[in-house]
Amino acid sequence: MTKQVQQLDRVIIRFAGDSGDGMQLTGDRFTAETASFGNDLSTLPNFPAEIRAPAGTLPGVSSFQLHFADHDILTPGDAPNVLVAMNPAALKANISDLPRGADIIANADEFTKRNLQKVGYDANPLEDESLAEWRLHSVPLTSLTVKALEEFDISKKDAERAKNMFALGLLSWLYGRPVEATIKFIETKFAKKPAIAKSNVAAFNAGYNYGETTEAFSVSYEIKPAPLKAGLYRNISGNQALAYGLIAASVQAKLPLFLGSYPITPASDILHELSKHKRFGIRTFQAEDEIAGVGAALGAAFGGALGVTTTSGPGVALKAETVGLAVVTELPLIVVDVQRAGPSTGMPTKTEQTDLLMALYGRNGESPVPVIAPATPSDCFDAAIEAARIAVKYRTPVMLLSDGYLANGSEPWKLPTAAELPDISVPYTVEPNGEDGVTFLPFKRDTETLARPWAIPGTPGLEHRIGGIEKADGTGNISYDPNNHDLMVRLRQAKIDGIDVPDLEVDDPDGDARVLVLGWGSTYGPIAAATRRVRRGGAKVAQAHLRHLNPFPKNIGEVLKAYDKVLLPEINLGQLALLLRAKFLVDIISYNRVRGLPFKAEELAGVIQEVIDSE
Amino acid sequence: MSESLNGKGLALVPRAEGKQTLKDFKSDQEVRWCPGCGDYAILAAVQSFMPELGIKRENTVFVSGIGCSSRFPYYMNTYGFHSIHGRAPAIATGLAASRPDLSVWVITGDGDALSIGGNHLIHALRRNINLNILLFNNRIYGLTKGQYSPTSEIGKITKSTPMGSLDKPFNPISLAVGAEAGFVARTIDSDRKHLHSVLREAAAHQGTSLVEIYQNCNIFNDNAFEQLKDPEKRDVITLRLEHGQPIANATQAVKVAPTGGLEVVARDSIAESEILVHNVHNPDPSLAFALSRLDEPAFQHVPIGIFRSVDRPSYDSLMSEQLEMAVAQRGQGDLDELLQGGDTWKIS
Repeated sequence: MTKQVQQLDRVIIRFAGDSGDGMQLTGDRFTAETASFGNDLSTLPNFPAEIRAPAGTLPGVSSFQLHFADHDILTPGDAPNVLVAMNPAALKANISDLPRGADIIANADEFTKRNLQKVGYDANPLEDESLAEWRLHSVPLTSLTVKALEEFDISKKDAERAKNMFALGLLSWLYGRPVEATIKFIETKFAKKPAIAKSNVAAFNAGYNYGETTEAFSVSYEIKPAPLKAGLYRNISGNQALAYGLIAASVQAKLPLFLGSYPITPASDILHELSKHKRFGIRTFQAEDEIAGVGAALGAAFGGALGVTTTSGPGVALKAETVGLAVVTELPLIVVDVQRAGPSTGMPTKTEQTDLLMALYGRNGESPVPVIAPATPSDCFDAAIEAARIAVKYRTPVMLLSDGYLANGSEPWKLPTAAELPDISVPYTVEPNGEDGVTFLPFKRDTETLARPWAIPGTPGLEHRIGGIEKADGTGNISYDPNNHDLMVRLRQAKIDGIDVPDLEVDDPDGDARVLVLGWGSTYGPIAAATRRVRRGGAKVAQAHLRHLNPFPKNIGEVLKAYDKVLLPEINLGQLALLLRAKFLVDIISYNRVRGLPFKAEELAGVIQEVIDSE
Repeated sequence: MSESLNGKGLALVPRAEGKQTLKDFKSDQEVRWCPGCGDYAILAAVQSFMPELGIKRENTVFVSGIGCSSRFPYYMNTYGFHSIHGRAPAIATGLAASRPDLSVWVITGDGDALSIGGNHLIHALRRNINLNILLFNNRIYGLTKGQYSPTSEIGKITKSTPMGSLDKPFNPISLAVGAEAGFVARTIDSDRKHLHSVLREAAAHQGTSLVEIYQNCNIFNDNAFEQLKDPEKRDVITLRLEHGQPIANATQAVKVAPTGGLEVVARDSIAESEILVHNVHNPDPSLAFALSRLDEPAFQHVPIGIFRSVDRPSYDSLMSEQLEMAVAQRGQGDLDELLQGGDTWKIS
């Protein structure tokens, strides 16, 4: 039977199942296949904080959404075209996001009376007409998998567990994905359990062949590769890019990297990744708590290392006092905050932009800290290097605000070469800096950057003491002098205010838009996608995205004042808006949703259009 | 340096070229403790001891937390870091783990180390990072003006406990032995010679050394250790711990009790062979723990000296080994190779 092949320009697939069903792995593999095929893509994993919530329940549903296209795309997509539902809970939890006409591939075997009851279905939705508005493919994934694996010497349970690979095979056929890499991946992953490896490959192939032969699927789809810029690409998540950025920063700063960290969702993967790269001289230290993590990083920085600590919001709260110590001792330090929904424990696996004001102001005293936020998963790489550049050049702690969406989301990344990366090295101080040529003044500043010397233990003649008590300008002796304190407070502030930050670039194609939509951090994708939509509809809108939250780019005031209206979507209750209103007296229009999820492009396009249309 | 101890604590620290003197280790800062404070004696003892180590002054770092004793680094003409309350072990951990060429000393007090910083202390001890922790125990909060501390005796009347404190104190030695610290010792501010001998062994020990120093706060808790200083009582109360020697003084002796613990008996009531012989290298911490309990009830008999000195690899040396092993197995890291690892595809 020759099947019809239909051309599509883009598809959004959501894999959903129980948290034990392997949906993240399935999504990752489909993403890898899609990346190697050459589509542009963007992903959104969404999983519960519970490792194994009760099976078959709504809180236990884990999903992975992938948007891929034959052109460049900016977000993981608003609404899926295809939902793979491995059980009734997965269907129930996701159906409301599914537009009419979308495909549903449901694992019929799991729609048992008991499983239906668990989530409150009175009747089986695969059998009544309740899903008539969608294209339903009811497939007995589990029993097909078990049947395909009959000849293997594995338990029934192991056979059933391979159903995600069957589903992956089916989807791989449906969208014409290359399969070799997945087969190799399975073989490597289960190298120590050959029977499991073989059966998973068999399940994957069975799913693929099922698609090819069954009449249940009459059409397959083709999405041509996207014309991305020439170069070598890999798919990368924000956490991995951030870890790589830190390694690159260590190489480019010619400083050994020391990571002090305490495991916390969604930042732990940075600790895991860096722990693998000891060949770069990286020391990773899993501390007893968040405070020890940052303390050890600061101690290492005193010793001349590139000190880094990685955490999420609750950890930043605990580290605040030590960050203040880094401010007053003026040592380089990178504090990575992978923001998650708060306050308190909040929703650990969900994303938010609610730590901006804490990053800026969450310490005692006048305690200025530079703040940088990456815009996309791959941008985490560059943002980490930029954070290190500022930390080392100005001898200051720097806050790097990623978030759960960037951390776990992924996109194709055009790989830089090491030769293209900036040299961010700054030499240690090795000579006395006093007028007499003998004295060392630990708080005598560089006249341009206002940074103090970084003289590390082991340097003869520069022995000195630093600490949290206020220090006299120049000598660094303990000082309670009122005027000295006033001076030091102002000098520390002036140093941060004077950091060289690139100007804010505005995307305003015709130069005559009257509305500016501004964003920061991970909202870049949805805002840019929304801007495109609005422009396609004929309206004019300018877009700008802030990477540097402290200090702001020098031209930001001009940019804000050049437009009649400034719209600022944030996944918080208006934290950046508060700052911009205070500093620039501009009547920012805020758009805020704090649902633990990224914005949708369609939603923002509507908001932008509304602002344009309003008088 | 004692041959009985491992002597590796300073193995990676560069040696000083010329002879050093006490003066080399005095900073130009005015010392600002209360007149009569026990800290002066400890400072003088440490300053006079440091030249003996023969290591480069610039490779010596004093890290402290918050409290009276934590001002200490300002008075040492070495590198110093006066940090925040309780966190000195954490900060020193990062420094020592990343710089094996440094001799790192933590100066802390009973409040700093055992209240706010208790967590960092026990984890430093279990990890065995190459640090020397000097815990100045005056059994009171001095800098905040006289509240009871986690080593104050029950019933202590202070500003915050006008009817007496309710909580049982920590015994720092018991705590450290309980955390299986490799080196645990106790000394006293007034006995410079003993202080020197303990510091010498602490510095030589590779890994975390904890030295409890009984220190008098003459303002808020004067004479807390007077019995140990009074020439008439001290020799009766003090039990000097010396490796390979029976644990006894002229009147008292320590023996294994029928219960399995230790007990102090009149020396003339038992045969010499029954007196417990001190073994600092006993890998089982039980006897060291039992020894640490002998001063209960307070100051009837107080062991002074090295309770335990047991060799095990320090965290920093193991960390360095892993880095070397990673390079030996797969070569030095290469950035381009890293970035281009994983599944890549080319677009032309």
